Amino acid sequence: MASDAITAETVMIPGDGGETIEAYAATCHDDAPRGGVVVIHHMPGYDRESKEHVRRFAAQGYNAICPNLYWREAPGASPSDAAATARAAGGVPDERLVGDVAGAMTWLKALPNSNGKVATIGYCSGGRHSWLANGSLPLDAAVVCYGAFIIGETPEGLPPKPDLAHLATSMSGPILGLFGNDDVYPTPAQVDELEALLADAGHPYEFHRYDGAGHAFFSVDRTAYRPEAAADGWDRIWAFFDANLGG
Amino acid sequence: MCTYQTEMLAIKGSGKGPNGEWLRLTDASVYVDHPFHATATHTVNIDLRAPAEGPSARVALELHPAEARALAETILRALDAVPPAVLLAG
Repeated sequence: MASDAITAETVMIPGDGGETIEAYAATCHDDAPRGGVVVIHHMPGYDRESKEHVRRFAAQGYNAICPNLYWREAPGASPSDAAATARAAGGVPDERLVGDVAGAMTWLKALPNSNGKVATIGYCSGGRHSWLANGSLPLDAAVVCYGAFIIGETPEGLPPKPDLAHLATSMSGPILGLFGNDDVYPTPAQVDELEALLADAGHPYEFHRYDGAGHAFFSVDRTAYRPEAAADGWDRIWAFFDANLGG
Repeated sequence: MCTYQTEMLAIKGSGKGPNGEWLRLTDASVYVDHPFHATATHTVNIDLRAPAEGPSARVALELHPAEARALAETILRALDAVPPAVLLAG
């Protein structure tokens, strides 16, 4: 019988430019080869929910790691203080995100029970980052949960984010997109545009959209939580990872 | 959605921060975005900070939008209600 034991702990890994950054990892004790998942935290930071997701992936049989994207701005600070400091310092540049995810990917692939396959998953800003990483790195799959400002113009009054439409033609792994039909960023029409980009590029993807759900429907501690959408979303994630990270 | 918005301003005053210690505040960040602790999807987040003393030197607020607007209006009303000379006295 395979072991279901995992170890969850803070580790230090080489991030962008070889700089050492903090990460939270959960690894499976069972030595059978398996895939890995990079969890990309959202703007509120390297928080409890992100760490819970890391452990959830490991409990499901995937080694998982979440790099602390705000380590450089606030090493050792509490997640919310680090998020506030990083925000005041201008946030995470796209290039640095790619470098940090690359470091996390390399760390996962070096584990003795890695099968060499790695996916990313991110929610909200992390969804945008998951798209960015999959278009920039040799990944095996990517999950994009209600990522906003991936393509198109940022609304007036908000800081502009670089349009990532061009990455549709350089995607590596297949993409799973999960969206709420009541979301306003991205709207269903914007999700249509994203889907069209992938379809036109001939890149493998599957999108699922949920009625009665808006932004952040996976967030169990928020009023936005929608259990039916979240439960189905998790089932889609497991099936997607089984198909793309297995063997 | 994450708005990426951050309005910043210099401030002068004091606030009670972590462990009940008073801080001499120098910076404020104001943004509407996902909270860390509140249950709403989006809140008005205000960080009153003393960055020279490190990332944890801050007073953090996450207010539901309608209440944040009411608070802002209340602050203005309170300021307008006192004789200007009181404010000039510092």
